[in-house]
Amino acid sequence: MKTLLFQTLSKRNRLLILGVGLVLILVYLIPIWSISISAPQYPEGLGMQIWINKITGATPYDLKNINLLNHYIGMQEIVSESIPELLFMPYVLAYLIFGAFITELYPKVGMAILGIINLVIVGLVGLSDFWRWEYNYGHNLNPEAPIIVEGMAYQPPLLGCKEMLNITACSYPSYGGMILGLSLVVLVYILWDENRRKKSNVV
Amino acid sequence: MLKKSNLILVTLGITLMAFVPNCKKGAATATLASDAASRVYVAPGEKDEVYAFLSGGFSGQMSVYGIPSARLFKIIPVFSVFPENGYGFDEETKDMLKTTHGYVPWDDSHHVEASMTDGKQDGRWMFLNANNTPRLARIDLKSFETKEILEIPNTAGNHASPFATENTEYLMAATRFSVPVPQASVAIDSFSKGGFKGTVTMVKVDKNTGRLSIELQVLVPGFNYDLSHCGKKKSHDWCFFSSYNSEQAHKMLEVGASKKDKDFILAFNWVRAKECKDQGKAYNFGGEYVNNFHDENKPAVSTKLSGVKMLNPKDCPGMMYYMPTPKSPHGTDVDSTGEYIVGGGKLASVIPVHSFSKMMEVKDKKEHHSTEIEGIPVLKYESTLAGEVQKPCLGPLHTEFDGQGYAYTSCFVSSEVVKWKLGTWEVVQHLPAYYSVGHLSIVGGSSSEPYGKYLIAMNKITKDRYLPVGMELPQSAQLYDISSGKAELLSDFPTVGEPHYSQMIPAKLLMDKTAKLFPLEENKHPYATKNENDAKIVRLGSTVHIYMTAIRSHFKPDIIEARTGETLYFHVTNLEQDYDIPHGFAIGGAPNMTNLLIMPGETRTFKWVAPKPGVYPFYCTDFCSALHQEMQQYIRVSP
Repeated sequence: MKTLLFQTLSKRNRLLILGVGLVLILVYLIPIWSISISAPQYPEGLGMQIWINKITGATPYDLKNINLLNHYIGMQEIVSESIPELLFMPYVLAYLIFGAFITELYPKVGMAILGIINLVIVGLVGLSDFWRWEYNYGHNLNPEAPIIVEGMAYQPPLLGCKEMLNITACSYPSYGGMILGLSLVVLVYILWDENRRKKSNVV
Repeated sequence: MLKKSNLILVTLGITLMAFVPNCKKGAATATLASDAASRVYVAPGEKDEVYAFLSGGFSGQMSVYGIPSARLFKIIPVFSVFPENGYGFDEETKDMLKTTHGYVPWDDSHHVEASMTDGKQDGRWMFLNANNTPRLARIDLKSFETKEILEIPNTAGNHASPFATENTEYLMAATRFSVPVPQASVAIDSFSKGGFKGTVTMVKVDKNTGRLSIELQVLVPGFNYDLSHCGKKKSHDWCFFSSYNSEQAHKMLEVGASKKDKDFILAFNWVRAKECKDQGKAYNFGGEYVNNFHDENKPAVSTKLSGVKMLNPKDCPGMMYYMPTPKSPHGTDVDSTGEYIVGGGKLASVIPVHSFSKMMEVKDKKEHHSTEIEGIPVLKYESTLAGEVQKPCLGPLHTEFDGQGYAYTSCFVSSEVVKWKLGTWEVVQHLPAYYSVGHLSIVGGSSSEPYGKYLIAMNKITKDRYLPVGMELPQSAQLYDISSGKAELLSDFPTVGEPHYSQMIPAKLLMDKTAKLFPLEENKHPYATKNENDAKIVRLGSTVHIYMTAIRSHFKPDIIEARTGETLYFHVTNLEQDYDIPHGFAIGGAPNMTNLLIMPGETRTFKWVAPKPGVYPFYCTDFCSALHQEMQQYIRVSP
């Protein structure tokens, strides 16, 4: 195990990690997650996108219209400023990218493992935080809301689609999320590849 | 009791009767025999193929229909107030109806013209004339709203208007009623002594903004100038105006103006006119007029203007020619190639067609002139004639073209549309119309590139066509499919006001360009309130400005205190940024204002003078949400 940790990465795998670091920069520029909403009165649909540092509508007006819909059931207004996670997420991403570049100076398999651990932690914490965030918005309703349906909560799905009253909400990773997932896959592949290389060296 | 065999005979007889050609029910039979219903059926959720813009005649408005379904989509208020949305009443649009005669909240709208680039419809603007109080309007085809109204001075009865040149460089507007120019109290019988004049106005359209301005007026002999169409391609430089009453009769025109065998089509070289103006041949002339412009989300600005450049035909040789045209021509239409100028002599037994090339060949040769009227040479009838359609119908009026070499002429007296071939002048089909057809319109039919497929005939009378609704029956339009060799009646439909003329545009040219909302951040209205937190009440003496917001499902501020006699301006901004969510605003018993419909992101103002003490409700009138009924509040008026 120890030998694997300090095994120097192959040139190809070093380049792959550099590639991961470069591609991760794109995550600053594209949304990570997207929630889409359709209802009879919104035949063209409404969309909300979660970025590394902000929440926006799929069109300039969608977020405003989602909030307008939500106010009938007493949901809090969704605004980027009320979600503190969005403040430090850009730094977490910077740390991941930094890690990829450091690996070029210190190209050991251990760095790839660290990257995997970091990405899994970011993924798990991110998803659980996202779930908690959805739970709060969906359950923490204004008791004076115009529409109160006994026993009804409006938590959007973490992944997949869900019907709430006359609205269908779907939640899926967007391009940024896919890049993060793909980065993890690439690192796991590198680990598998290095492990195989070690075995063949031993033999 | 009938015997069984007799019963069979009777049944057979009735069946046969149904196939006996019958003048009156001819079209109905033809419709039954075809699959017309399926060809006009547009399934729920499906879209129509064509937009039809119909003028509203004496309603002063323009209406928008879908073709082939004939569904009415919208009435665009232009020259008449519209209580439904406050047009002409509210502080933003009331100045749109200002004229030098004061506030004129009605008109008589005859002709719709589409803006063109290279002779093809470009889907930017529609133009509409006001016949009664001479005006000309520009309707924007992004918002389907009236953006500009220009009054035309030194004219009366703006009938031959607004006809566009090939690139919408200019719109033409000519006098229907010749009058003393400048206006003066003169004896009416001086009309026949040349005391009355007509004018032809060139209205310039700014290429980028569409803004209208008067370039030039030409003082023409005092006839009645009736209709116009401008040239295309080789006849690009020319516009053609029909005229009647060249007799200059001033009473009992029915007889007096029908005496001469021929009146005229006036050929007008507008490029030459502009040249003469630039050479300084036009002189300063009086005439007060008003230009009203409604910029996006700003109150309309009404500007009083004074004076025009006037040109006399004798000072600008080569600018105008009269082409004799039998009897009292009404329509004058130029075919898609720009070569043929078709006259619609409403009392004539032929449809005369002038040739543009022939006109160019002979126009300056003395031997082809018969005389001259006030500096305008009169060409010989035969010299410019390309041909005559013999005995087409009774009362030919207007002609449109399908781009396949066929022309369609409406015939008022015999209530039909005749299809005939350009070049051979043969009538190929008679299509009955119900009844008394005036204008007709083919999709793109007055442009150089007709889309062909549909033709509508616009009828004046609908006796027996619909369920009777008292003495005044709706006017109607009839839809024909002209895509195959034989035109077929598909449907007819009642219309708003009198459907005088129309322009039809393929839907694909407009539907994706339509505005969905006013972006709030671009709202430049001086009284806009873009955020609910900025809603406020500002008192300036006895004037109260209420900066109000409307959003589903409340107004803010929602409780208003006022004193009797105070003037309250409710500047309501619709904070919505969602397509098709206007909010309404109305106050109970408001005597001088109607209702507002405020589009998403728009600000409009409701003026209200606080009446006697009491509590007055105000509310949203456009069903906006589940809590629309709750979108209401009160104004308390104290002594």
